This record gives sequence, structure tokens and C-alpha cells, in this order.
Amino acid sequence: MKAKKGTIRVITGNAVGAYGAMLCRPEVIAAYPITPQSEIAEQLAQFRADGVLDAEFVEVEGENSAMNVVLAASVAGARVFTATSSYGLVFMYDALQEASGFRTPVVMVNANRETPGIHAVSAGQQDMISARDTGWVQIIVENDQEILDQIIMAYRLAEDYDIQLPVMVNYDGYYLSYLAEAVEIPQIEDVDAFLAPLKKQPPRPRLVPGVAKGCGTHGIEMGYVEARYKHWQALERVKNKADEIDKAFGDYFGRYYGGQIEEYRTGDADIVVVASGSATGTARTVIDAKREQGIKVGLIKMRLFRPFPAEKLIEALKGKKAVGVIDRSVCFGWKYGPICTELMALSPKLETVPILSYIDGLANLDINVPHIGRVVDEVYAAARGKPYQEVTWIPMEEER
Amino acid sequence: MAARMLASAFVAEGKYVASFPMYGFERRGAPVVAFTRVDEKPIREKTQIYTPDCMVVIDPGLMKIPALFNGLKPEGVLIVNSKTRLKSKPNENLKIAGVVNATQIAVEEIGRDIPNTCLLGAFAAATGWIDLKSVLACLGDYLSGDMLQRNLKSAERGFKEVEVIKW
Amino acid sequence: MVIKHKNIFTTESAWSDADKVLLCLDTGGWRTERPVLDQSKCNYCGLCALYCPPQCMLDKGDHYEANLAYCKGCGICAHECPRGALTMVPEGEFADEG
Repeated sequence: MKAKKGTIRVITGNAVGAYGAMLCRPEVIAAYPITPQSEIAEQLAQFRADGVLDAEFVEVEGENSAMNVVLAASVAGARVFTATSSYGLVFMYDALQEASGFRTPVVMVNANRETPGIHAVSAGQQDMISARDTGWVQIIVENDQEILDQIIMAYRLAEDYDIQLPVMVNYDGYYLSYLAEAVEIPQIEDVDAFLAPLKKQPPRPRLVPGVAKGCGTHGIEMGYVEARYKHWQALERVKNKADEIDKAFGDYFGRYYGGQIEEYRTGDADIVVVASGSATGTARTVIDAKREQGIKVGLIKMRLFRPFPAEKLIEALKGKKAVGVIDRSVCFGWKYGPICTELMALSPKLETVPILSYIDGLANLDINVPHIGRVVDEVYAAARGKPYQEVTWIPMEEER
Repeated sequence: MAARMLASAFVAEGKYVASFPMYGFERRGAPVVAFTRVDEKPIREKTQIYTPDCMVVIDPGLMKIPALFNGLKPEGVLIVNSKTRLKSKPNENLKIAGVVNATQIAVEEIGRDIPNTCLLGAFAAATGWIDLKSVLACLGDYLSGDMLQRNLKSAERGFKEVEVIKW
Repeated sequence: MVIKHKNIFTTESAWSDADKVLLCLDTGGWRTERPVLDQSKCNYCGLCALYCPPQCMLDKGDHYEANLAYCKGCGICAHECPRGALTMVPEGEFADEG
């Protein structure tokens, strides 16, 4: 059984986000506008005005309320959607923890943007990093088509009875949110069919008018520990489930993304670059160019960030002589970038290889071809035993 | 918006496109820059463009900035909205220039200084990289009614009235 | 060759001197039409100056004039003038445009 061909549209990442949500038929939406995501809320409102989307819109005065509204609606059994970025994400910080603690299948897109402290209207993954420990599933995508497809997969993942966790789909603000590309929009009947298996599963618990129930009520001792333990186990289950859903999506719609990670030309590679988000697309062109020059380099695209795809990374890095990790954010308190720091936690299981950390692409600065080329060159040198710098902030020491 | 319309037109002709705007620090008269890549195969690079094949300059005031042409590839193309003719070749890498008073045409046809669609017509004429038909066809995806008709006229006039100089 | 970044700030966080001009944009260059005053109709009520979004109306003692370095030509002054003393005229008709 395969999906029919979709409609091709040339639209921005934000508009794609709105399409993705609309196709999954959410019942309650509450979203507050913020650069670079405002277009999503506008597009969803337009869909509703056009009669294409039959959802309850709750107008809120801020992101904290937005998340509280959708998580409450989710606890009452509704399929929900919201979108935010940067300041908005941190404004809903307490509600984020409740959404995951209550085990609600909220789906949210986050247009990655730098976090407050320095006036931050620019691309960067710091907002995603600042919400690492909120208990959400976090996935990062590379292009507009993947935004759409991942939103559909997000509902299938979030609402799965074995999972019941909120899912955040991250895409680079500016680079993807405003990027116009040709995207294939699936037919809504095909999306219905893809999400239909959820209906065959046992229903999750929900608030029902007239039935006295509490949610998130245990706050001390073993009740709390048990709830945390189950949450922690569910996050572990996400890994295999994400792979299964990716395969099911690919079988049906014809587009596979690799699940937890995607490996590009890593098979016979000596060295590997790890990247995420829109920079991955650029990295592919660099990998191809370096290969032409005889350097056996591969690319690992991080898709699943939470839970951390530890097993897949260990497997992918077997036999590799050096790794370069490009982070579009900063890990406060550690020398290395956040994704690099987490990769290093796997060190005992990775043969002793130099792991080089690169911090680049902050605040609307490009992670461009020369930068990634430099990463490959330095990782290649490290693999051959040359001395290397453990962490490099590329914008602070540009190579010209 | 102009970059997006151009993207649609190229996609209609079967090409792959990736187009996005970037808001850096505001500079004189040019708060926005947009980057568009077109190719026969899928476009993977998601970065700013450092070595363009073609530059479309919507604010003529920018022509006074010497760094404007930094990175322009040899045999490069310039499309500029200007009411004065080019007195000399602005940059040695330039091979073709399309000059059109898009502001005036836009004010006449649309009633406001939105020269974008006019410049798309000029782009089609000067570069030959896309058919005017494709440009006009995709305007309907973004505009409708009276606005659409006005912008179609503006684009057509841009195509007809652009002064193309080849060196 | 590696070019090390030269610090923009002398402080740890991003402080700037608000007495010094940080960004000065000659927004007058964005204009495609400018307000022209018919002084015989003006009674110096000041509504144009009140409504002007960039607040660039200069007080000339018995009338107001737009500061052309900043006037963006939005036309609100002409729209609000209760006596119709201001008219928006296209820039092309003025000799001072370079």
C-alpha cells in the first residue's frame, strides 16, 4: 500500500509546518507569534478561515499560556499543536515539564533561535539546548520536506501507547523557517491512513467531564519515583520506535530519513563529521567534494537529540579514526559543544579516538562550505596523529 | 517575496530551488537580502551566497557601496532598479546588466513602490534563464484579483522596457 | 591564515554607550514621495507633527516641515491634516535627488 502523489508547492518552512499540522487534524491549537515562527500561526488561522482546518483556536497572551492550554487539552484527550522559538520556549519552561510529566502527546515545532541574554533575533540551536532536560522527545530536521514529514511522524510517535510523550520538532530559524523550497504535500487521506494504526491501540487515560480523576497528583516518595522511572523508560523506548516509524513512513510515502540518525557515506570512511539541522545539507556537499580529493570522510546527521541515540552512534563510529562534531550552540559549564559533550559521554565505548568540538553558526552566522571544509581537514589531520585543538569557536578564529 | 516568486517560477520549469531571506544588521536602504539557488538537481546547501552569478539590486542607493559586487562571479549579471542609465561598467566581473526604472513602472501600474515583480520580468529578459511565461504564471500563486493584474502588467513592462547591456 | 576576532565590547556583557549614536540610518533615502506644505492653508495646529511616526516634523515657528533626512514618505501627515495643507508629491519631481 503506497500513498498517492502529493501536491508540489513552493513554500517556506513555516508554511510547511502549518501544512504538517493541518494534515494531522489537530483539535486544539494555541500558538503565540514570535520571530521566526509567526507565519505558522498566521497560516493555521488562514486554514481555519478557509474551512480546511477544523480546530479550536484558543487565543493566548503568551507562550506559557499556549503550552498550558494545549497540554490541558491533551490531558482531556485532544490532539493538539503549538509552535514557538527562543524566548517563547523558555517562557513556557514550567509548562514544558508538565507536558512531559503528565505524559501528554503534545506536538510542537520549535524554530531554533538564540536564547535571551544578548538580544537574540538570529538562528542558533541554543533554545533547544536550554530545554534539553524537560523530558520531551526532541528531533532536528534538515530541510522543508523533512519538517512536514517529521510532524506527521511526530504524532504517530507521541500518541503511541508505548510512548505517550510530547515531541518537539526543531528546525533552524531563518535558514529553514523562511526557506522557500518545492515541497510535496501529501493528500490528507494518506496522512489519515498513516496515523490510523493509533486508533487500534488501547486508549490513553484522559479527563472526562463527570468522571472524577486526578492527573500528575503524586508528588512524594515512591509515587513520584515510579512516574519518573516510567517516563525514563518511555524515553528509551522512543529510539527503536522512531526507527520503526521512519521505516513505516518511508514504505508508505517513499521518503526515508534514517530514524535516529542518518549516515551519509560513513561505510568506508576513516573520519566522520557529526552535524544537525540545515548545516547537514551544506555538509553533504563538502563531504562529496572532499571525497573527490581522496579523503574518506562521512557524515552523521543527528536527527533524534532526545533521547540521545547512543547505541546508533557507537555503532556508526566503530572503526573510525577521528570525529568532528559541529554544534550550533554552547554548552554552559563544559568546554565542548553540547552534542559533542554528550558524544564524549560515550567515550568508554568508542575506541580512543580524537573527538574535535566545533562551535559555529551562532547568531545568523553561516556554517558554510569553507568552515565545514576546515573541520574535515583538521579532523583528518588529527586522525593521522597531528596535534589538534579540542574545541574551536570558528567565528572567533576565522580562516581566510 | 520576489525571491519566492522566482523560486516558484523555476520550479514550474522543472528546476530545484532553495530561497531564503536574511536579516542582518540594517544597512542604508537595504534591510533585507535574499538568497536564491537554482539547480538541475536537489539543493543541499543552506547557507548565504558568497559568489553569486547574478545580483538583483532593488534599491539603487546601494550602487554607491563599493563592496556591493564582492564575490560576483566572472560573467556575472546585474539587474538593477534605477532611473538613471549606467554610465560605466560598475564592476569588472560584470558581463550583462539589465537596468529598468522599476520604481516608476511599479508606481504607474501598481500604485505603490513595489518594484519586485517588475524586476522579475527584467530578470527574465536580461538573463534568459527563465521564460516570462513561467514568471507570469506563478504570480497567481501569490496574488489575486486586481493586484494580480497590476503586477502582471508590471512584470511584462519590466520584461519589455529593461535596457540590457552586454560587455 | 587564522584571523582572531577583535573584541567589540570592553565589558563582559553587551553594554553600549547610549549617548553615542549606535545606528544612524538616513531613512530619508527610502522615500518615494514627500509631503509638501501649502502654507496658506496651515494654521500651525501641530497634528502632522503629533502623528508623524518617526517624529521628524521640524517646528518652524508658524508651520511644520518634514525633516527630509528621516521622512519616509508614509503620508500620514497629509492624511491627518484637517485642512488638507499637505500633499504627497513623488520624489522624481525634486531636483535634489541624486
